[in-house]
Amino acid sequence: MSKIKFSVDGRECFGKPGQTILEAARDNGVYIPSLCRYEGLKPTGSCRICTVRVGGRYMAACTQPLSEGITVENTAPDLEDMRRAMIEMLFVGGNHMCPTCEKSGNCELQALAYRYQMLVPRFPYQFPLRTIDPTGPKLLVDHNRCIKCHRCVAMVKTKDGKSVFGPLYRSKRKKIGADLTLAAGLTDDQAKKAMDHCPVGAILKKEIGFAVPIGRRTYDKAPIGSDVETPRT
Amino acid sequence: MSKPIVATASLAGCFGCHMSILDIDERILTLIDLVEFNKSPIDDIKTFSKTCDIGLIEGGCCNSENVENLRDFRKHCKILISVGECAIMGGLPALRNGIPVKDCFAEAYLNGPTVDPAGGIIPNDPELPIILDRVYPLHEIVKIDAFLPGCPPSAELIWKALTALIEGKPLELTYDLVKFD
Ligand code: SF4
Ligand code: SF4
Repeated sequence: MSKIKFSVDGRECFGKPGQTILEAARDNGVYIPSLCRYEGLKPTGSCRICTVRVGGRYMAACTQPLSEGITVENTAPDLEDMRRAMIEMLFVGGNHMCPTCEKSGNCELQALAYRYQMLVPRFPYQFPLRTIDPTGPKLLVDHNRCIKCHRCVAMVKTKDGKSVFGPLYRSKRKKIGADLTLAAGLTDDQAKKAMDHCPVGAILKKEIGFAVPIGRRTYDKAPIGSDVETPRT
Repeated sequence: MSKPIVATASLAGCFGCHMSILDIDERILTLIDLVEFNKSPIDDIKTFSKTCDIGLIEGGCCNSENVENLRDFRKHCKILISVGECAIMGGLPALRNGIPVKDCFAEAYLNGPTVDPAGGIIPNDPELPIILDRVYPLHEIVKIDAFLPGCPPSAELIWKALTALIEGKPLELTYDLVKFD
């Protein structure tokens, strides 16, 4: 198969046709942070955490197809600071009280904040008034933590392919709503998957919580992305 | 050189961060050799008697007394540090942010399930501090020089931050030190 040659931060890499910059970088042991992207799902490029610079232009690495000879900047200090700012914005734009959250330790947003060592966001907290929807039999939806990544919209489906979640309203008012009738029909397994697919603690499976002790959760010991990264030689 | 002077306070916090300070275990003996404590619940000194080098504050500001206390700390401490989730973002008390104070009071003192059915009253003694419209992170009220996240921040983080400050060295933040729960 033909190989595409490119570089990330000066490191020579090879990718396959049809890959995005993020996928090809990952196969070369280079982690490009992302949040809304989910393996196996068509990327939407909505969160912009994976922004890289190619030939002086900013692009979302999760949607941008790889092309021959490109020079990708991934860890330039200004790019990293921009990503950190985006993470901080997500924290202040919702209500993220990690100590009270069942997803803490397994949350991808929190894990990115850990990776970037966010001690305090540079923006003022918005404390938006959001609701919790506990009415479904299997799932609880906490709008305080939703980052509107749309993963659930694309992934949580009934057997006959209907989306259980869907966006409501627009702009600042936008929220993710659940179809209660469809949500009631989810199996336990599907409900667990819905919780696991949500990057944050916005979708929680009822009747179980804090099941894994502190110290054994996904991001307790090693930063997000460390499974992808191989040291430079 | 005289020892650096440390002051601490808990505003709208739960004293969990102070517990975490005590969690440095036997290193507390070293700490006592390294620093002198001034105003702090640890030694029960209630008012500042001198200018301090380091002020550690847990808890955000939920009432007028917290604000006065915080300003007093800012005035007396060269370096002021937000310790823990509540100091940094309001924490659990900030769950009320966005809900009108009147509604919070009504729920707590008039309509809540544990209120005496004969009727409750909203406390209004003039001695009581005034509740603020919402809970404020410390850095929205005074300048804060450093932030130690966690609920509570680990004893390790507190120890490393304090010793780095005392020795005038930069604090090396390893992955295990920055945690929000
Ligand atoms: S969703 Fe993640 S960032 Fe938000 S409160 Fe929960 S653990 Fe923290
Ligand atoms: S509920 Fe979770 S998966 Fe769905 S949009 Fe919000 S953050 Fe994304």
